[in-house]
Amino acid sequence: MTEKIISKFFDIKDSHTIDVYEKHGGYTAIKSALKTKSPQEIIDEVMKSNLRGLGGAGFPAGRKWSFIPKNSPKPKYVVVNADESEPGTFKDRYIIDHYTHGLFEGIMLAAYAIDAHTCYIYIRGEYVRQAERLNEQIKAAYERGYLGKNIFGSKFDLNVYVHRGAGAYICGEETGLLESLEGKKGWPRLKPPFPAIEGAFRCPTVVNNVETIAYVPTIMEKGAEWFANLGSERNGGLKLYCVSGQVKNPGVYELPMGTPLREIIMKHAGGLREGRTLKAVIPGGSSAPILKPDEIDVNADYDSLAKIGTMMGSAGIIVMDDTTDMVRALYVVTRFYSHESCGQCTPCREGTGWAERILKRMVDGDARPEDVDNLVRIANNIQGNTICALGDAAALPLRSYVQKFRAEFEACVPAKHRNDKPEEESLMLVD
Amino acid sequence: MIKLTIDGVEIEVEQGATVIQAADLAGIDIPRYCYHPGLPIVGVCRICLVEIERMPKLQVACYTAVSDGMVVHTNSPQVLEARQAVMEFLLVNHPLDCPVCDQAGECWLQNFYMQHALHDSQMIENKVKKSKARPIGPNVMLDSERCILCTRCVRFCDEISQTNELGIFNRGDHAELLPYPGRELDNNYSGNAIDICPVGALTDRDFRFRTRVWYLAETPSVCPGCSMGCNINVHHNDNRTYKADGARISRVKPRYNADVNQWWMCDAGRYGFTHVDDETRILSPLRKSNDAFSNILWDQAIDDIVAKMQGIIDKHGTEAIGVILSPQMTNEDLFAAKQLFVEQLGLKNIDYEVAPSQPGNKDDFLIKADKNPNSRGAQDLHIDPQSTNGMSVAEMLKAAANGKLKALFVFCHDLGNGFSADDVKGAFSKLDFSVFQGSNHNNTSKLADYILPSVTFVEQDGTFTNYSGRIQKINQAVEPLGDSKPNWTILKMFAKRFGKSMPYFETGDVFNALSASVPAFRSFDFNNSQNQNEQITTEVA
Repeated sequence: MTEKIISKFFDIKDSHTIDVYEKHGGYTAIKSALKTKSPQEIIDEVMKSNLRGLGGAGFPAGRKWSFIPKNSPKPKYVVVNADESEPGTFKDRYIIDHYTHGLFEGIMLAAYAIDAHTCYIYIRGEYVRQAERLNEQIKAAYERGYLGKNIFGSKFDLNVYVHRGAGAYICGEETGLLESLEGKKGWPRLKPPFPAIEGAFRCPTVVNNVETIAYVPTIMEKGAEWFANLGSERNGGLKLYCVSGQVKNPGVYELPMGTPLREIIMKHAGGLREGRTLKAVIPGGSSAPILKPDEIDVNADYDSLAKIGTMMGSAGIIVMDDTTDMVRALYVVTRFYSHESCGQCTPCREGTGWAERILKRMVDGDARPEDVDNLVRIANNIQGNTICALGDAAALPLRSYVQKFRAEFEACVPAKHRNDKPEEESLMLVD
Repeated sequence: MIKLTIDGVEIEVEQGATVIQAADLAGIDIPRYCYHPGLPIVGVCRICLVEIERMPKLQVACYTAVSDGMVVHTNSPQVLEARQAVMEFLLVNHPLDCPVCDQAGECWLQNFYMQHALHDSQMIENKVKKSKARPIGPNVMLDSERCILCTRCVRFCDEISQTNELGIFNRGDHAELLPYPGRELDNNYSGNAIDICPVGALTDRDFRFRTRVWYLAETPSVCPGCSMGCNINVHHNDNRTYKADGARISRVKPRYNADVNQWWMCDAGRYGFTHVDDETRILSPLRKSNDAFSNILWDQAIDDIVAKMQGIIDKHGTEAIGVILSPQMTNEDLFAAKQLFVEQLGLKNIDYEVAPSQPGNKDDFLIKADKNPNSRGAQDLHIDPQSTNGMSVAEMLKAAANGKLKALFVFCHDLGNGFSADDVKGAFSKLDFSVFQGSNHNNTSKLADYILPSVTFVEQDGTFTNYSGRIQKINQAVEPLGDSKPNWTILKMFAKRFGKSMPYFETGDVFNALSASVPAFRSFDFNNSQNQNEQITTEVA
């Protein structure tokens, strides 16, 4: 039986309450850390644990914390990214629902480590019940003296606020999130400066995903080495994999970092339905480049997936079987990114909308021969040329679907247009 | 100082400069839409992407800070490809309605397409529809379809005018520039939003469809609207006046001057040139008889006026004549007037200042309460009753009403702005004789016995001294209207008829005489002036 950290709480009744959490060993890490550990020791411990940023980028969490200036006269902030907006991702919702105080304890440790006294949890607007749960449990924590002034009787103060988003994908991008938190339009910022130097309200800020923060108490309790050994090299601990799509048992699976992708799909998620064959797998949320069935013998961790040209992302694994129309699948994905493009910088704003309209024509059976190449060209022209990663998020699937399933896209060109050349096309327009 | 290389050229710039600033200094052209040196940097248009060695991706030149040893390529194949890609993206939803767009000819989409793209469009989809020809303020028309969302105007309203009227609404390719609900783009500087709009999204409601920009000539000048002296370019339509109902001046644009107005000017100045061509212009010397004016020839007017003035001097002495000069006049005009009236004719009653009964509006940016361009010049030339031991304007009017003053020579002023209309009327009714010299009719001109037409600021060369003592040159953009002449030319005619000498043949001669006699003007070279960063004669008080 593999080790479980967060998901063992999923099956415990009322695991979101303080009492149940404490009965299962909760709040011991923060209590002892406040008495016996210096902030720097916490940062060192997290660094040693190889805990990665589990929201998608995979930046080592301890290193992110160490960038916070020590002598800044400005207040510092911990911001928890609970926007969970990447399609195919639904792990943070489970954490908030079932491991609420584990998240709070992680926040306390992070805040203590960087000397912050204010934390904002920026939660996806659609997570209404989760926002209510957070608020209700924050209230309970204040009543116990776990939050507010002198938490747990120490000299450390911490206030936690829940801020609900208004439904924009882009507000999951950390600087877009900060803009939105400040009450502005969620437009990602130019970097540098990074949030560690100028984040919320232009003050040093750590922005971490819910899952990242939620693993911190266990690291402090059981030690960095124990945690690091659970995972693979430089990818410490466990990971909540969200498996969706055409598998028998979609759901959240907490497995060691680096579990083979094929094992996650075929063993833990129960494999495909009877009589179906695997067609494609998205390993890390809809923005990750798609994999063909012969490419899934890979360890699901940040470095291994990057090595084969895709990404771990948010570990939202979407499985597609042979009934899937790849053109329609790409249309759905691209429509999403076009709808969610913030409109700030040119390539993403115009490119995603253009690609969406081309794909719509393809789905409707009105494609032209040059459309396929144009999709790849649009993707190439977006990627790397935008302020934030949403441009890349839209470009990566666009290119990978077309390249790996080109025949399906070419099949959308109706017979009467098969031999059209672009020049003839423009002559027709003049006519 | 930081040393970097751009396209093989070694450049030294100050720490903190950006790549685009360094390139600008070196004369290396990097296209830009959202970047404006006077506004905060947002890096959204992505047209200024450049390749920087040892950086994995292309970087925006507008935001990337220079560092020592940096090697930048602005013309590598990768850069050109990205630039063309951005151009292609910008035109995806652009309506391409250049034939009916007022920006055509000065549109950065047109310019950069020609310079950097020249691609064949692959875009055959329907374009996103947005609102067109939507007035968003008294001066500005918005076409959302043409907007490239560079946010220059938004940043202008946030940071420069600080009035926060504009925002970007909606997301993705449906994003649209609009005023906030219930607001309109109505502030004292709204016209600048049109200037900085690189495309045809914001156009000037006053200028729209009046003339195509390629028919316009441009003459550098200075705004005469207040004592700030904002540097401007006068855009005039010399050859196709029928395109604009005979208006020769099509529009006025601010001209960059780091020390005065940077890139900006106020709307009052921008739209304040209508007097140049309107129906109040005085087109010929006029003589009043039986309460009606009739045209006369210049020689006749000069003869008449000189004879009458001589008669009054002979009978009542020089104290019986008053001269009211105007801070609307150039330094050269004021100098010639002082030379004629004080030095050559020995008059004592000479003043220029008429304090308005309603003080002008002002702010702490470009708008000054003193609505005259050259009050400081008049001060520097010592045109005041103290230095001649004569009467001020108020004293002159009082003396006229008492019958002590027999003749009055008024330049430009509508005296009703500073005194009650009845007092002015009463004073004029007692005078033996009065002359008004100016470019446009006003309530005072109608009281005078003779009216002499002078030119407006776009019809002459000259200098104004702004509130801080900065001498700045105006240049003739169009020919004088009708029989009007520069003030100093008229004064020269008087001098000649009085038997005196004024050896000036062009405005520069007047300035040279002026700078030879008034030390404050010596640092300014009239003929060599690039109209940029003129010398400050004296420090701001």
